[in-house]
Amino acid sequence: MPRAAAMPRPANQRDTGLDDAELRERLAYTWGRRPGIVGWLSTVDHKEIGRRYIATAFVFLALGGLLAASIRLQLARPEAHVVGPDLYNQIFTTHGSNMMFLFAVPVMQAFSLYLVPLMVGNRNIAFGRLGAYSYWMFLAGGIFLWVSFLLDIGPDVGWFAYVPLSGPQYGIGKRPDVWAQMITFTEVASMAAAVQTIVTVFKHRAPGMKLTEMPLFVWAMLVTAFMIIFAMPAVMIASTSLILDRLVGTHFFNPSEGGSALLFQHLFWFFGHPEVYIIFIPGTGMVSAIVETFARRPVFGHIAMIISLVATGMLAFGLWVHHMFATGLPELGASFFTIMSMTIAIPSGLQIFCWLTTLFTGTPVIRTPLLFIFGFFFIFVLGGMTGVMVASIPIDLQVHDTFFVVAHFHYVLIGGAVFPLIGATYYWFPKITGRMMSERLGTWNFWLAFIGFNVAFFPMHILGMLGMPRRVYTYQHDVGWEGLNLTSSIGALILAASFALFFFNMWRSARTGALAGPNPWGAGTLEWLAESPPLPHNFDQIPVVTHATPLWAERESLPIVSGISVNKREILVTSLTDARPEIREASPDSSIWPLIAAIATTVAFIASIFSPWAVVWGGALVGVTLIGWFWPKTIQEDLE
Amino acid sequence: MIRRMLWLVLISGALAGCRDWQSAANQAGAEAARIWSLTLLFTIVLGLVWLAVMVAVAIVIRRRQNPPVSLHDATLEDAGHRRNSRVVGSLLAATALTVAILTVLSFIAQRPLFAGRAATAGIRLIGHQWWWEVRYDGATPSQMFTTANEIHIPVGTPIRLSLESNDVIHSFWVPSLAGKQDLIPGHNNSIELLARRPGLYRGQCAEFCGLQHAHMGLLVVAEEPDAFEKWQAAQRAAAEQPQESDRATGAQVFASKPCALCHTIRGTPAGGTVGPDLTHLGSRAYIGADVLPLTPGTLAAWIADPHSVKPGVNMPPVQLQGDELNAVTAYLIGLK
Repeated sequence: MPRAAAMPRPANQRDTGLDDAELRERLAYTWGRRPGIVGWLSTVDHKEIGRRYIATAFVFLALGGLLAASIRLQLARPEAHVVGPDLYNQIFTTHGSNMMFLFAVPVMQAFSLYLVPLMVGNRNIAFGRLGAYSYWMFLAGGIFLWVSFLLDIGPDVGWFAYVPLSGPQYGIGKRPDVWAQMITFTEVASMAAAVQTIVTVFKHRAPGMKLTEMPLFVWAMLVTAFMIIFAMPAVMIASTSLILDRLVGTHFFNPSEGGSALLFQHLFWFFGHPEVYIIFIPGTGMVSAIVETFARRPVFGHIAMIISLVATGMLAFGLWVHHMFATGLPELGASFFTIMSMTIAIPSGLQIFCWLTTLFTGTPVIRTPLLFIFGFFFIFVLGGMTGVMVASIPIDLQVHDTFFVVAHFHYVLIGGAVFPLIGATYYWFPKITGRMMSERLGTWNFWLAFIGFNVAFFPMHILGMLGMPRRVYTYQHDVGWEGLNLTSSIGALILAASFALFFFNMWRSARTGALAGPNPWGAGTLEWLAESPPLPHNFDQIPVVTHATPLWAERESLPIVSGISVNKREILVTSLTDARPEIREASPDSSIWPLIAAIATTVAFIASIFSPWAVVWGGALVGVTLIGWFWPKTIQEDLE
Repeated sequence: MIRRMLWLVLISGALAGCRDWQSAANQAGAEAARIWSLTLLFTIVLGLVWLAVMVAVAIVIRRRQNPPVSLHDATLEDAGHRRNSRVVGSLLAATALTVAILTVLSFIAQRPLFAGRAATAGIRLIGHQWWWEVRYDGATPSQMFTTANEIHIPVGTPIRLSLESNDVIHSFWVPSLAGKQDLIPGHNNSIELLARRPGLYRGQCAEFCGLQHAHMGLLVVAEEPDAFEKWQAAQRAAAEQPQESDRATGAQVFASKPCALCHTIRGTPAGGTVGPDLTHLGSRAYIGADVLPLTPGTLAAWIADPHSVKPGVNMPPVQLQGDELNAVTAYLIGLK
């Protein structure tokens, strides 16, 4: 919200002794963004950044969906010529990389950026400028990948980019470099957002919000953020070593010079498997939020849910070798990963049982968000079952790298993350835009998505059993895969229609939807205390929390904190476990520097695939922008 | 329930209506049979678990309108918490027990898989972009021979293949006989094939290996031991000198054009090792790594312009006159 005309600024006004209207106006002025395009570019408001992040990730979802549709068109018939092998390889690589790195992870973090400060009752996220930088890096990485794709230098080595195929000898031109550097962009962006989430959750919760009573969505985002911090460096090492092999002739992955092709796979999957849970765990947070609201009771087994989130997050790091069972690892080592992969079914099962108990003992009200959660149960649980199958070494050796696995992970990821995400969009859309999405279109949206998804992906299980490998641009007439592939392609079109309807519903509802008011669903968590859409400062007064669902526990009025500045950006720092107030802290003002630093970083990253020297001068360039970013300013408090 | 029936219909339809020579359900190999039984067992157990969850979801959905509630009521007290905790706890224990049992079953099933790894391999399989080099070992050099994209094995005898790669990672997979195993440069892997009945089993590279990953097929021919011995003896022999005049011309063309730089025909000066060994090309069922059935027409089309059949293949087009093409085709197809 742009700042209104200049207001008189009394020295250090606190929020005591002002009437409600004046308090709101002054806070909105203090926390609002500056007018004009520069103001728009320099905002550090978590809601503005979160909204841009979500919108951008949805654009990448749509683009990735178009690629998926072209894959299905090509595979609808045997020996089809919709696209050739070279373009097909770029298409499936870009589809996978885009969906993982530019859609699934960012969109979840975007919801975290938008919602976590509201859910923990704060005025902004920690390190607001880092959030701005994260968004610009994400945008630049996304544009970089897509422009490369349009220029016919899109990566064509799979989203996993195994060496030696992606190495200097076999990876032609700059294509694998584009893949590796796109990773670097999105890594920087997601690590930054993860740090923000962790610090916000740990140090900026509203007073009284104990860690154990924190909303499960926030818990899910916290676990996810830690997973990002532990998992992402592994793929960064893999992609950077790959670039070094390609650009300056190191031999990390060259077996004839003592390197190892398998090392790359270990590094990649040490990240790659947790990655699945980095996408799925936020989905469970969304499920918990929606189930709680529409079952009209707090989620059954709050502590058990927290334990399963943390357990899932930890176990996820012990699964990576089940992507490598066919590489000829020794029996004992491989068997360990079978046990771990089986074990992770236990915390996931516990979550399912707790949700079902919540719904069973509550009084479910069925609205579109909950429909998508029912879809989640159907699809995700089936994907979980096939997950148990691929944990078994003998079964995996048969279905690995086939369409069975394609079916499996789409059941897990679309069922476990995208269905909750669409449900979450219907659920939080009124908060973000102030308007409700259409329930009628929502119901259509759900049924199209549900039917389209199952028709598209269920036949792939059978295709895998019939011997159809993944990543083939075509297949022959004499193997008997025509019928199922055609069925799958028809399903994909239905699924695409459901997404078109979803986007249309958002577009129309943002204009003409019914006004929502602060709490249209009668939900219990703090984000529903704020206006819809929230004012720049989120809350007129910071609430004090005494219950896991504060709005249900304190129906009439919440206790509040007072004494916080209204003409300086000031937020409360609270203790780690019990959220006892500790100090007031300045929250960063708007700044154009994150954008400038992101542009400098982008220049350095892209130039470095052409010359290693770009790392040297690019590093200096980024350093200069960081000096601008952190240039000390005279703080008024110091003068007083 | 309807979905599961639909599933069965789909499977049976898919299995009945087509050739199953690349299907994991066509359990022609000992290992494939073991895996298929395990797969069915897992599918039944896990399918029942899934069904149970769906029944629970259905119950939740059916209960919704009674009593009708508004979005402004919410309950904070957790009635029946102890009982519900016990139910969830028992379900959790049941889950743990189920996965424990499945894990043990999986471990039992994997034992033969790992048991034979130390055995000596009789066949070396070397992956190339995008074809398979097959080298049969022998006690003396005269018993060794090399072929491509077609592996013959005797029925009833376990045959171990060592798996190597010449360039990028490939994966050997003949679903009707066994699971897959990767061919990784710098690593030594192996796999055992034990065919229980004669037949043609199709396989395909399962690890993405570049432009023509989709057209890197191979054929395993499992035959009775005496037929296998006969085939092996024929393969060991050098190529016969062509008798017919057009085939003799073809041999000259082959030797004088770039063909000989990449391909070997034992018994002739052609000794290239970049492409497949063509000594007994005429005895194989397919060309181009299982892209086209071998006929004079397809072979001529392949030689004239391999890229129109398999875009991006590493074989360059060779300029030949019409009669040269016919002669070379006749020569090669006669190499039985």
